[in-house]
This record gives sequence, C-alpha cells and structure tokens, in this order.
Amino acid sequence: MNSAAHDRAVSRWMDAGMQKRVRRRYSAERRFRLIGLSAVAISVGFLAFLLFTMAAKGLGGFVHYEAALPIDFARTNLFLEPANLRGPDASELVAAADLESAIAQSATAAYGPAGSEMFGDGAITALTRKIVADPALLSGKPVLWLPVASSIDVAAKHDGEAKSEQVVQMLERRDALRGRFNLNFLTASDSTDPSSVGVWGALKGSFLTILVTMGLAFPVGVLAAVYLEEFAPRNRFTDAIEVSINNLAAVPSIIFGLLGLAVFLNVMNLPRSAPLVGGLTLALMTMPVIVIAGRNAIKTVPPSIRDAALGVGASQMQVVFHHVLPLALPGILTGTIIGMARALGETAPLLMIGMRAFIAAPPGGIASPATVLPVQIFLWSDEVDRGFVEKTSAAIIVLLVFMLMMNGLAIYLRNRFERRW
Amino acid sequence: MTLGIAFVAILVVAVAAGWLGYSRARRLRIDSRLHSLPSYHGAYAALWTAIPALLLLAAWAPVQSRLVDQAILQSPEGQKLPAFDMQRETILAEAREIAHGDREQGFNPESATLAPQIRAIETRYSMLGGGLALLAAVAGAALALRRSAPHFRARTGVERWLMILLVAASLIAVLTTLGILLSLMFESLRFFRLYPPGDFIFGTEWSPQTAIRADQAGSSGAFGSVPLMWGTFFIGAIIAMIVAVPLGLMSAIYLTQYAHPRTRRWLKPILEILAGVPTVVYGYFAALTVAPVVRDLGLALGVTSASSESALAAGSVMGVMIIPFISSMADDSIAAVPQAMRDGSLAMGATKSETIRKVVLPAALPGVIGGILLAVSRAIGETMIVVMAAGLAANLTANPFASVTTVTVQIVQLLTGDQEFDSAKTLAAFALGLALFLITFLLNLIALHVVRKYREQYE
Repeated sequence: MNSAAHDRAVSRWMDAGMQKRVRRRYSAERRFRLIGLSAVAISVGFLAFLLFTMAAKGLGGFVHYEAALPIDFARTNLFLEPANLRGPDASELVAAADLESAIAQSATAAYGPAGSEMFGDGAITALTRKIVADPALLSGKPVLWLPVASSIDVAAKHDGEAKSEQVVQMLERRDALRGRFNLNFLTASDSTDPSSVGVWGALKGSFLTILVTMGLAFPVGVLAAVYLEEFAPRNRFTDAIEVSINNLAAVPSIIFGLLGLAVFLNVMNLPRSAPLVGGLTLALMTMPVIVIAGRNAIKTVPPSIRDAALGVGASQMQVVFHHVLPLALPGILTGTIIGMARALGETAPLLMIGMRAFIAAPPGGIASPATVLPVQIFLWSDEVDRGFVEKTSAAIIVLLVFMLMMNGLAIYLRNRFERRW
Repeated sequence: MTLGIAFVAILVVAVAAGWLGYSRARRLRIDSRLHSLPSYHGAYAALWTAIPALLLLAAWAPVQSRLVDQAILQSPEGQKLPAFDMQRETILAEAREIAHGDREQGFNPESATLAPQIRAIETRYSMLGGGLALLAAVAGAALALRRSAPHFRARTGVERWLMILLVAASLIAVLTTLGILLSLMFESLRFFRLYPPGDFIFGTEWSPQTAIRADQAGSSGAFGSVPLMWGTFFIGAIIAMIVAVPLGLMSAIYLTQYAHPRTRRWLKPILEILAGVPTVVYGYFAALTVAPVVRDLGLALGVTSASSESALAAGSVMGVMIIPFISSMADDSIAAVPQAMRDGSLAMGATKSETIRKVVLPAALPGVIGGILLAVSRAIGETMIVVMAAGLAANLTANPFASVTTVTVQIVQLLTGDQEFDSAKTLAAFALGLALFLITFLLNLIALHVVRKYREQYE
C-alpha cells in the first residue's frame, strides 16, 4: 500500500545541503527586492538631480549684480533740462539723450579704463527710469546703483573670464557691488543682451495660447465625451469617432504642428507666430485627452441618478446637462487641467507654426506675433553668450513652478470634490 | 473689421431675440399652460437667430478673400501686374498687409498703389457679407418668435440644436484625423513628384542641402531616409528602452508587490512627475549636463569619435522620461493577473520573487509587451530631447557615442528658417511626417490589439 511513499526520498529539512538551498533562495529574494527598491530610488534620484541642477543653475538668474556709479551730470553732454522733464513725453526725451557715453565716461572716471565695459544696455534703461522718476538728479552728483553688464554679472557669480573677475574683485574691494533680486527678469521680454532679458513676453504669449486652447478644447471635448458616453448609437460612425480619438491621443505632437502649418497657415492664411494658431493647434492635441478624461468621469456617475431624473419626467438632455454633467465635472476638470499643463509645456508643434521668432515686446492680442515660455527656453538654450545659461535655467524654474501649480490644483480638485459612489 | 462688427451685431440680435422669446412666453403662461418652460422659448429664439447667421458669416470669410483677389486682378491696376504667379502673389500679399496696417511700406512700389483699392473693395464686400449675415439673423429671429404659442414644443427644438452641437463636437476628432492624413499625403505626393519614392524609402544618403538659387551648382539634395529611420530606432527603441524597461518594470514590481501602501501612495505620484516635466527641460538637461559626461566617458573608453551630441545622451534621458509610462502600463497588467495564480504559487512554497518571476511576469507578459510598444511609439515621436541633444549628421552607425539624427530632428530642421513653401526641402518634411505618423499608428494598433487580447484571456 505504501510502496510509493517508501520509494520517495524523505525531505530532510535540517540537511546541510537543503539548508544551503533555502538560504540561497532567501538571499535571491532579498536581492530581487533590493533591485526593485534601487530601480525606484534611481528614478526618484534622477528627478531630484534634475530639479537640483536646474535650481542650482537657475536661481542665479533671479539675482542681478549692481555697481555704484557716481555720475557728475554737470560734466556730461546730456543736454537735459530737469524743467523739461515734467511732461508726459519725458521718457522719450531721456531715451533720445546719449546716456550710453555718459555712463561710460563716468565709469572710466571712477574705475579707470576697465569701467568703459562695466555697464550694458540694462544700465541705460535703469538710468532712464531713474531720471524720469526724479529729474532733480540731473542737477547734482548722485551715486547711482546700476545693473552691471552681463560679463561682469557672470563673473560676480564665479563663472566668468579672468578679465571680468578682476573687475569684480576691484569693485568688491571698494564695496561698490551688490546683488539684488532681478525683478526685471519677471517683467521684461526677450532681448539680445542676457542681462536685460525677461520672461514676461513669453509668459503672456503662453497665457494667451493656453486661453485659446482651453476655450476651444474644453467645450468641444466635453460635448464629444457626452455624446459618446450618453447618446451615441453602436454603429460604424461611432466606431470611427472612437478609433480616431484613441489614435489622436497617441499621435506625436510634432504631427499636429505639421497639420497646423499645412491647414491653418497655408490654407486658411491665419497669421504666423500668433497665439491664435498656436492655441488652435494645441487644442486639437489636447481635445482627445479631455474626451478620454470626460468619458471616464461620466462613466462613474451611477445609473440610479439617471433613472431618478428620468422618473420625474426629465428629458434625456435635461438628465445629462442638469444632473450627470455637474456630478462628473470635478473629474472632467482634473483631466482638463492635466491636459492644459501638457499643452503649456509643449514646444515642438509651436516651432512648426513659426512661434520661434525673436520677439522683444509682449504680444498685444491673440493675432499678434508671440512666443511661448517653452519655446523661449529652447531659443535661449541655443545662445552662445554665457549669460544665457542661468537665464535659461531660471526660465525653466518659472515653467516648472507653473506646471507644479496646475498639477497641484488638479490633485486638490480630485481630492476635494471627487465622490466615491 | 466690418465682419467683426457684424459678429457682435449678430450676438446682440440673438440676445435680444432670446429675451423677447422669454418674455413673450412668460406672458403666455399667465392664461394658459405651456408645453415648454419660458427659458426654452428664449433659447429657441436665440439659437435660431445666432447659429445660421454665424455659419453664414464663417462661410463668407474665405469666399470674400477670393472675391477681393479676383476684383483686384480685373481692375486696371491689377491688369498691369506681372503675369508670373509667384511675383504677383508677393505683391498682392504686401498690398494686403499695407491695407490692414500691418506694415508701412512694401518692397514693390506697385503694392502702395494697390493698397487703398484693396481696402475699398474689402470694405464693400465685407459690408455685403456682414449685411447678409445680419439679415439672416433678423429673419431667423422673426421666424422663431412667430412660433411662440402655448403648445409650441420649444424644448424639443432646443434639444435638437444641442444634439447637432454634440455630433459636431464629436466629428471634430474624425475631421482632425482626416486633416492630418490628407494634408500629409497631399504634400508627400508633391514631394514624390520631385523625388522618386523608392530613393526616399531605400536611399542611404541624407543631405537635404539644396541650393538657394536654381542656377547654383549642387542644387539636388539627397533624401534617402534610411539613416534617419535607423537613428530614430536606435535612440527611441534601443537606447531609451534599455534604460526605461528594466527601471520601469522593476519600479512597478517593487511598488505593487513589496512597497507598503503608504509608501506607494507617496512614490507613485513622484514617479509620475517625471512624465510631467516638459520635454524642453529634458532636452536642456541632456544637452547641458548629460552630454559632456557621456562624451568624457566615451573618450575615457577610447572611443575617439565620441561626440558631444551623442545618441547615448539623448537616448538615456529619453529613457528616463519613459520610465513612468512603462511603470504604469506594467502596473496595470500585473494587477490584472488573477490572485488565484499567485496564491497557488505561494502555497507550493515558492518565495515572493520566485512567484513574480515564474508566474506573475509570464502571465502579464503580453500586457507588458503592449506597454513597451506604446512606449516605443511615444519615444520615436519625441522631438525636443533629440533636437537639443542629438546631432544633425545622418550617420548609419551603431556606436552610441557617435552622433545620429532622427526623423523629428530633420522635420524641425527642414521647416524652421525662411523657406519657400514649394521647395523639395520643405515638402520632404511632410513625407517624413507621413512616415512617422504611419509608423506610430501601426505600433499603437499592434500594441492595443495585444493588450486587449490579453485582457480578454483573464476576464
């Protein structure tokens, strides 16, 4: 009866060989677990490293160094009368005067031959602003703090050339150099001089573009989601819509740029580089994302809500627009904000429709030439001047802050309003 | 300008008609029972006022620009313009910009004399179009308002319009797909008329530098796409996946099988931030921080041709971007493996890692492979990282330290900069776009098929 059992070798758990095998299996288990943990750690570590690099390089972009410059206005040839500068066209009058040589003269007088290259375009605009604000300056010998040229600024942050480093040391010895928060970076637009560039122009272009995208993609996406989820009959036509939405969600973004170029610019003759065209292109790109998020949100609304509304005599449309859609809205908004954040960070399709031009003034409307923040980052990253390195990273910080804010808002909405039925 | 005024006027008429319909229905309700609420009567009137008139206005805009062009060419000044199409077009475009106040003065003296004429003709036609649209609005309002009566089914009418709106919104997705396909195919056909398709698909030399003037020497560029396809495949499907697949898969396994739920709740969103970082940031990071390290590594290994725009730098950073994508796809397919299979294996005495490696992973494999295919399709369509960190030289090489170029880099390269639209160079970008679209479409199709088939197996 037990012959089979007798033939089988008995497992000896205390056996040395067996113990060794078990130990080996357990250490393999620990190894595997460690590999998994290190995969997570590497990924998170990479993210931390990326953010740290950008912060380390970019925070300098928010600081600008200023040097003290004694100007004896009586000895400069500015020909500006304080009395004439009370009128509304004061800034034009001051801009017309030869401030550049006045600054160079005073700097040479104060700091020797190196002074002539200490100040750049940024100093001229700053001096213009100071004179317009207080014309009385012109009749005295004030000591003014003016932003230094880009090469000196970079050197003050310990990354410059030897010649500029010497100027910085000289200024520091005289206690004539100070770092200040660079408000100009948040309020100015693109420029050829890295010391006077700012992100405001690009930021405004991004806002306008996103506004157009949101205005088009949100209603269209929500309506399409409602149709597909609540009304669409099962037929070939509906299948075609579903296939194309799922496919569009996976089409590379650059293809949308090609579509925008071929259709919006070449067929419809819309203006190049305009937030209108950028917004249209990005709207086509984000619309499928909103449709998919919208359908998922509508699906979670329980059928009992629909039945109850139908039961008291609401029409199909009233059921959807008065009951289902308001309940699904938090989910739809979460998906929309995530889609908008993606559109905000998108670069490639906007390059295709010509939003890469050098634009030195913030756009006036959705039809005027503009650039957006990611494209601005791309353009600055191509610049040779070393001053642009920290400005690029600083612009990346601004972009990341906006992305983080939008994603944070989406998470907040989801946690605050999402209902589990 | 006049069309803009017409647009605002139509909206004003629509609001007025809506208000009128609403208040008439309110008055009707005093002595009889209404079928629909007064607000539906108002909406009915407003919709019938606005929608047909706005459609008319939208259809008029392109018709008008064609009519203006025709009128200009038939005028005595227009007859004097050069017969050659390109030249005439530039003069007309300049005149149009002067007429709209977008620029002060053109390069061609003719445009200055044409501008006031264009302005006059445009004003006349837009008065006509705007007037017609406004008339349609008033007519719509009158028709709709005449129908308000106690038994009139205004709600049904409004809901019919809403249904049309819903269908139209869904149709936009189909139209976009069609638009992409048609515009890419149309421009590619024009390219293939200039350049044989066989050479494009199988040619191994890519040098699109065509001459600026037609009579310049060496004006025929070579458009063989094989090096681009190889570069795209090398960076997106090989290097990026070597980085992303192990890291993404192991992260998913750790997070779903080992990590404490609380840890998992924290770590998963952090991983997903990696997917949310804009690609231009990755590109900058790859070019500025990773590329020099990779080049030094290459030189230290004795690769003398190590370039600062290496395939390895672009590919590895792209791989990091893909990690959360692979991780969440793997997460889904591991979660879909029935618990009974796991329990069976554990009951036999297998350790957790043995269960994962020998039972869970083989069962989840089709889903994981589908996810990897989707990730490849995303990686080869990725643009900014390769534009900023990979090179422009079209090399057919398997050396990760050398510089290769990709389809997307070349599309950007060909289309940025001032080019006339009909040159082979710009058209080639559309042919590359078509190839990219078809490849990603095919990959997505296969991936979705694999994933769906596998899901059905366990349901």
